[in-house]
Amino acid sequence: MPSRVQWGPASVGLTLAIFLAAFLVVPVLKVIFVAFQDPHTGSFTLVNFQDFFRTSLFRESFWNSLYVAGMSVMLASIIAVPLAYFTTRFNFGGSILIQTLGVIPLIMPPFVGAVAMQLLFGSNGSVNLLLDEHFGFTVPFMDGLNGVILVESIHYFPFILTNLAASLANIDRSLEESAQNLGASGLRLFRRVVFPLAMPGYIAGASLVFLKVFDDLGTPLLLNVNKMLAPQAYLRISSIGITDPMGYVIAVMLVLFSMFSLWASFLAFRGRDYSSVQKGGGGLLKRDLRPWEKTGAYLVILLILAFVLAPHIGLLLLSFGTVWSYAVLPDGFTLDHYLRVFETSSQYVTNTLLYAGLAATIDVILGTAIAYIVWRTGLRGRTWLDYIATAALAVPGVVLGIGYLRIFLGWEVPFSGQPLAAWWVILVIALSVRRLPYALRACVAALQQVSVTLEEAAENLGATKLRTVWRIVVPLMSGGILAGFVTSFATASVELSATLMLVGQQSDAPLSYGIYVFMQSAAGRGPGAALGIIAVVIEGLGTYLSHRVIERGRRMRTADRIVAETVLGVE
Amino acid sequence: MKLHHRALPIGRALAFAFAVSSFCGTAQAMEDKLVIVTSFPEDLTGPFQAAFQEKHPATQVEILNKKTSAGVKYIQETAANNTTDLFWVSAPDAFTLLKGKGLLEPYAPNSEGIPDMIGSFPINDPDGYFFGFAASGYGIMYNTRYMKAKKLPLPKEWDDLKGAVYFGHVGMSAPSRSGTTHLTVEAILQGEGWDKGWASLKEMAGNFSTVTERSFGVPDGVNSGEFGIGIVIDFFGFSSKASGFPVEFVYPTITALVPANVGIVKNAPHPEAAAAFIDFLLSDAGQKILFDPKIQRLPVKPAIYAEAPEGLPNPFEDNSIGAAVHFDSELSEGRYNVVNSLFDQLITFRIGELRAATQAIHEATEALAKRPDPKAQALLDEARQRVAAVPVSEAEANDPAFAAVFEKKRKKATDEVPQRQAEVEQLWDAFARDNYAQAEELARQAIRLVR
Repeated sequence: MPSRVQWGPASVGLTLAIFLAAFLVVPVLKVIFVAFQDPHTGSFTLVNFQDFFRTSLFRESFWNSLYVAGMSVMLASIIAVPLAYFTTRFNFGGSILIQTLGVIPLIMPPFVGAVAMQLLFGSNGSVNLLLDEHFGFTVPFMDGLNGVILVESIHYFPFILTNLAASLANIDRSLEESAQNLGASGLRLFRRVVFPLAMPGYIAGASLVFLKVFDDLGTPLLLNVNKMLAPQAYLRISSIGITDPMGYVIAVMLVLFSMFSLWASFLAFRGRDYSSVQKGGGGLLKRDLRPWEKTGAYLVILLILAFVLAPHIGLLLLSFGTVWSYAVLPDGFTLDHYLRVFETSSQYVTNTLLYAGLAATIDVILGTAIAYIVWRTGLRGRTWLDYIATAALAVPGVVLGIGYLRIFLGWEVPFSGQPLAAWWVILVIALSVRRLPYALRACVAALQQVSVTLEEAAENLGATKLRTVWRIVVPLMSGGILAGFVTSFATASVELSATLMLVGQQSDAPLSYGIYVFMQSAAGRGPGAALGIIAVVIEGLGTYLSHRVIERGRRMRTADRIVAETVLGVE
Repeated sequence: MKLHHRALPIGRALAFAFAVSSFCGTAQAMEDKLVIVTSFPEDLTGPFQAAFQEKHPATQVEILNKKTSAGVKYIQETAANNTTDLFWVSAPDAFTLLKGKGLLEPYAPNSEGIPDMIGSFPINDPDGYFFGFAASGYGIMYNTRYMKAKKLPLPKEWDDLKGAVYFGHVGMSAPSRSGTTHLTVEAILQGEGWDKGWASLKEMAGNFSTVTERSFGVPDGVNSGEFGIGIVIDFFGFSSKASGFPVEFVYPTITALVPANVGIVKNAPHPEAAAAFIDFLLSDAGQKILFDPKIQRLPVKPAIYAEAPEGLPNPFEDNSIGAAVHFDSELSEGRYNVVNSLFDQLITFRIGELRAATQAIHEATEALAKRPDPKAQALLDEARQRVAAVPVSEAEANDPAFAAVFEKKRKKATDEVPQRQAEVEQLWDAFARDNYAQAEELARQAIRLVR
């Protein structure tokens, strides 16, 4: 590390700190100080935390949350690891398509996903109705915690997939080649060489899944499972009132536990170096599979895809179906729902594209900056930037929404006389703060795989810090940054909880709000599903295009190198 | 992206302000905007919005959809810089609460032809802070395909839902989650009395397949066939049926008919437009919109029923609807939080334990019907009592001092709250868990005795 005073990074770090303080720390503190307030006197106390541990309901909720998060990581890994490995390591028709389809589950809009899953896998859903009719038994896929684990792992496994795939693509393949030359192949090659080298990506993804599931509110609520921590916090805050301390006590517990698991995943990296000098490409390109292997791999992938795309298939049926009630399929099919949506609700789509696009852009800029400052500079307190930004994961959207209302309501937007809290820009900021952790993890994983020696070389050749970051670090991180952008964008566009608190007028509302409004009435189920499908299609296209960009960049780099090698007569 | 022009050029703004101020003295100037916070679905708000817009094309209506409880909170949180004109939801107690906090503005609408009472409920707030525009009752909704496939008898009364035959087939929302469900629970508690009411609720709840998080989760579950029977507000049943779902709705004898309301928010930025909207809601044209097949609510203007669609009951003629319960909304408001919390602790969060105890009781009842045995019967009766037990008496629940435990807002720093809500709830939770476990054990003992 250079020892002179780093004015550039320091000022960037300060700006980041101010942003996080203004839009995350202060609003949250403004709300959670209630957790430490004595309801009798209003003075500081820990009695509320005693109440938490004394109540068996909360203890059971805690263990349930832990169990569901752990099981979801396992199931998500089972889904994601084969998809990532096959598509990055072998010549495989439609790899891009598979990776795109693999990300789609992340963008399942709220409400509709669980409705679709219930219609397919519920106790009287299509699958169970068929099983009952032909075999006389049913399977409780969606009962209680099972349902939460199932829906969560299908929903969040793309975190592991994208991060692991980015990691796998970044491994110096000469290492793999050496291992193969030394006789390793198949599962052994994967277990001993490839997977350990891709560990930063896997851990980044898995810890995201764990945190996300642990803190997730929507899925348990939609499946009416309330004996978990996040739903307990939400139920208390939204039904008893924002002055009740217990909701905030639970929120504080969520934040603390998330910090703890994050710290644990940091520990796993300590003292290890995952960076390699050479990026991707290297000696070996994608391998070919033998015919029977190829058939097997296709079969596994198709099975997984059919399973993870089930909610979308259900949603598609729902959006075209007339009435779907206690039946394997809808009674009939129609285009009316789409017509109604196109006539009345196009502003939701444009708003969502704008908000989620802006939020994701802010996120990757902040994420890259934070990752660089944390891993490449010696600024004091730099890891706190990472901790604080990541803690946003653990802040329930409702808490952030209320915090914003409390702070920014008194401020007016210049020239309009409107309170800042009701201005659409505040929605963008809320979304970017809530989704920053995703982009940040992706950026950190990408940066960890860039060897510091490359930057040192650039600086030795006279490049300034800024130029080094711009010309060397950012381009080498581009895959991870793009993965971060896609994840942030996709998840921001289906965010609901903060949105619901902060939408000031309908003309400013995003898609998730529109779906929420539609799904509150019997006749709105079809149009709501149609709006959901539109959201999925838009984001699916976005993801596909960004994968194409990554792939093309990689191919061009490989081609350049081959040309250069030929010209220089190296081998 | 359509960008909204929020900032008028200064010159035009000044000219506009001048024009408005000079215009105000002569005629009623209607503002160019109206902001409504509502819990009603798009299916209801859409037609009203369109019809009002047609009548007043210069006024842009903005609808903000929030759940009742979230809406109340939104009005409270934003009171310092209020941007909302109208609050438009079902639950009258939400209005009582806002009125109590001084967040509503009184108004005298043109309400010719609207009587004072519907069933046993006053339609309008006596002080003129909020107004009923439609009535709703609570009842039972069921999916006919589901009932046929599972060979279930059709329920008519709340008591029917206690039968063993409906075990695992019923769904309901929690009163803490939905203002309308709260009214259902209060109607049962006021209709049957506190102790008997809770016993009834818990007997029914033992048959629940789920306690949904949103009130719409219940009709949604019945419509899709996830569970067969739902305890819902009438328009959920009527509108689901009108949308083509194979469902039916019945009013049990004990139900409260209560109005859905609208009121002007204190310091509304567009008071004229807000008043015009209320007048429109109560006009003949506005009342007729309620007959829309996607809305299907009961108008408060008796004369309108002449044009009612088939199947929609007329509460002004059919006295059986909502007559049995004299709904006391002050009583309801006073113990609002106590009832919500009690329901959550005894039923919502312990639904698994309650279901297990109920299943054992159903099995024991069946076994005893085949082989009567006084000792086993005593055990079974004891088990039922354990399930029915409530940790709070009616007098205690109605006591304002006790309710204060659940009302966290201390007015002054010196105000003392007797107990912490978390403390009380911890006791209730333990009470429910232990009683349900013992009830299950007792019922299992009774079964073993007769086997």
